[in-house]
Amino acid sequence: MTGITKRFPGVLANEDVSFEAAVGEVHALLGENGAGKTTLSNILTGLYRPDEGQIELYGEVVHFHSPRDALNAGICMVHQHFRLVEPFTVAENVVLGDHRSEGRRFFVHSPAIERRVEELGERYGLGVDARSRIWQLSVGEQQRVEILKALYREARILIMDEPTAVLTPQEAEALFTILRLMAQEGKTVIFISHKLHEVKAVADRVTVLRGGRTVETVLATDATQRSLAALMVGREVELGRRHEREAKPDGEVVLELDGVRVPGDRGGEALNGVSLALRSGEVVAVAGVAGNGQRELAETISGMRAPSAGTIRVGARELRPGDARDAIKAGVAHIPEDRLGTGLAPSLSISRNAAFKTYRAAPISRGPFLAMKRMGELAQSLIQRYDVKAPGPETPARNLSGGNLQKLMLGREFHGDPKVLIAAQPTRGLDVGAIETVHGFLRDAASDGVAVLLISEDLDEILALADRVVVMYEGAIVGELEAGTATVEELGYLMAGGEAR
Amino acid sequence: MIRLERRLEQPRWLLVAVPVGSLIVAFAIMAVILAVTGHDPGHTYRQMLDAGFTGNGAFSATFISATPILFTGLAAAAAFRMQLFNIGAEGQLYLGAVGASWIALQLGERGLDSTPLYVVAMCFAAGVMGALWALIPGVLRAFANTNEIITTLMLNYVAGFLITYLIFDSSSYWRDVSTLQAQSFPQGKPMPAGAEWPTFGSSVVVPLGFLIGLGVAAALWVLYSRTRFGFEVSVIADSPRAARYAGMRTRRKILAVMAISGGIAGIGGASQIGDFTHTLDPTGLQGAAFGYTGIVVAALARYNPFAVCLVAVLLGGLQNAGFTLQGPDFPSGLVGVMQGIILFCALGGELLIRYRVTISRRARQQGDAGPAAEPAR
Repeated sequence: MTGITKRFPGVLANEDVSFEAAVGEVHALLGENGAGKTTLSNILTGLYRPDEGQIELYGEVVHFHSPRDALNAGICMVHQHFRLVEPFTVAENVVLGDHRSEGRRFFVHSPAIERRVEELGERYGLGVDARSRIWQLSVGEQQRVEILKALYREARILIMDEPTAVLTPQEAEALFTILRLMAQEGKTVIFISHKLHEVKAVADRVTVLRGGRTVETVLATDATQRSLAALMVGREVELGRRHEREAKPDGEVVLELDGVRVPGDRGGEALNGVSLALRSGEVVAVAGVAGNGQRELAETISGMRAPSAGTIRVGARELRPGDARDAIKAGVAHIPEDRLGTGLAPSLSISRNAAFKTYRAAPISRGPFLAMKRMGELAQSLIQRYDVKAPGPETPARNLSGGNLQKLMLGREFHGDPKVLIAAQPTRGLDVGAIETVHGFLRDAASDGVAVLLISEDLDEILALADRVVVMYEGAIVGELEAGTATVEELGYLMAGGEAR
Repeated sequence: MIRLERRLEQPRWLLVAVPVGSLIVAFAIMAVILAVTGHDPGHTYRQMLDAGFTGNGAFSATFISATPILFTGLAAAAAFRMQLFNIGAEGQLYLGAVGASWIALQLGERGLDSTPLYVVAMCFAAGVMGALWALIPGVLRAFANTNEIITTLMLNYVAGFLITYLIFDSSSYWRDVSTLQAQSFPQGKPMPAGAEWPTFGSSVVVPLGFLIGLGVAAALWVLYSRTRFGFEVSVIADSPRAARYAGMRTRRKILAVMAISGGIAGIGGASQIGDFTHTLDPTGLQGAAFGYTGIVVAALARYNPFAVCLVAVLLGGLQNAGFTLQGPDFPSGLVGVMQGIILFCALGGELLIRYRVTISRRARQQGDAGPAAEPAR
């Protein structure tokens, strides 16, 4: 791809981007959110047309007018959110949308396709039963079906968009092996990610994108995580190094959960008897694969969900079940994983969002009335103090980027002098610079004596920040480790439902 | 190729230019229709302007039409602001009329004659009745999560049957049975003299109800943009999850907003009795469909209480003009077509405020000519 430029109203998504990937190579596209990775891959798969620049495939200039053109040229993409039909079988999903001989018939001739799918699966180590239905498969297996789709169509170029976001470390390792094997067989794999260690582990060469432009293409063996990070953000950054804090958490217990059970949204129990205690000044991380009760845990402590049994105490005070206002009063701050929609109201202004937790009392409230001026001042002070990049306090929250939303929310939550801070996926989708800021906040909070409950799927983040790690699996705490001695492998094993060693 | 792009910013001048432009377009389209059906557009428009606004006594008549839809428009706006779709202003207004006429008759029986007392008592009784009627769907929504659109709509019919029953099918307190004629042709009891609300102005007559409506609009604006209550309503409207997160009591807000909305519609009913009809008149109330027009008023005003006042006067004038135009050579259907086109253009214009139309030349080239025409820029 050379000189690719793509404009959207008000944004220049790609500007003069060029890179080349060789046959038999795993080529990584590395960049922060908003660096233009996704736009670039959408151009490569024919979803968008570039405003300028051209794409050459095997030495020939091509113009894609639709995704079908790209498919016919042998380019397949595995999206972050899978494009699979849940009630269909693996084989049916694989042939779906394939317009060559077998697919053209009215009836899908299953046994032959199933044989072919299983052959392919064996060759690449993608062990999936062709007859099982998608909804019966785990997320990792579903991803393999997506790869099988590409292999079945004899794709020459496979684009993987943030493929490890949903995987455990072990599953990610297995995926890397598969991708390497495909490259050895002469296919080209384009691996999109913002995780440095993955890029190091799997890629031959890395093209770094920043602000919609190509920064540099480097050999993965020549680069270090540190040098890649510097290219990505344009300056030196501190990577998830462990910071030993001086004040060891020996404070008193400020948050205590005892036998908390919570009904799930789709029947069953989301939490079945969780007990947990946090001391002041301590960072406790909750690790787990998404959907094992972490979200419900955060929402229950913050009063957004009512437990069916068990008690939650903050200090000596027992929280009223399912009463968010009571939790706020008791000093529970909450950074929900869904920033825009739960933590912030999208179309309301920054100043209204900043007043979410404090609007009930003076100085924001005067009797039943609101002191609009003070509300604006509060927002302005948060914007300045926490470096929120926004045109002004009257800007609607939805116009802010993820990192600025998170800074605004952290500022608001700290403003109330919390005793307990629950941070759910606080850095998901943020770029390296913003992650650094958020981590700094969380450390500072702990140093100030706040008990921090960090819920995260990013094990590096957990190991960098936490004092203790508890692992959740199917609504229960299945293991607890000291963060200083825990390893990614051990955590991954517990997260996948393994017994504690 | 014509495409719509979302505007990143909405310039202020557009907020004025688009509605004005929409009106011009509407009148242009209508001119064609009028010409095709053999009417002189210029003459028709002059007649409309005259009847609606500029003619002798036209503005007074316009205020009479505008008063009830001002109340129902405010009622709808109050609820829609919280994404609570109370389309029951119709029935809530009937119940308000029932309450206002009851208290007026009661005070009359006690021989009281002070008009201010009547006004206050009638507004209070009507507000309470309207609020209670609106609280039925309110409670159902808050505690059983029923769809308020359906329940409020259905209760309109119940309220309609109720007032019909009070006058036509029973010897209720409201029905006039004093004369033989009234016994055979059912009608409501006339209100006592003190229950007749005053009017203001001489050349342009403004009914008291309209002024009360303006006061309600101002109060509503303060409530929604300057109080804690309004803050919570705005959060609930934008994101119920965020409201739960911030510890706001959503159920209470649903009940309160329904009561406020119903109460305002109810006061509209009191104004009908006190300002205009001076008796409970089921046929007239049901024929006018004030509640449904109020929804249109609220939508055109984008739920802004002050804009509701303006839109109510505009639509009131339009209705009056419609009445005047109707005649042997001008079918009422054509009046309906005209009002429809104006509403259609006004709502369609909304799109232009939020989106920008772009005509892209290059996209057309690419689509037509294939790879060879790939632009070199």
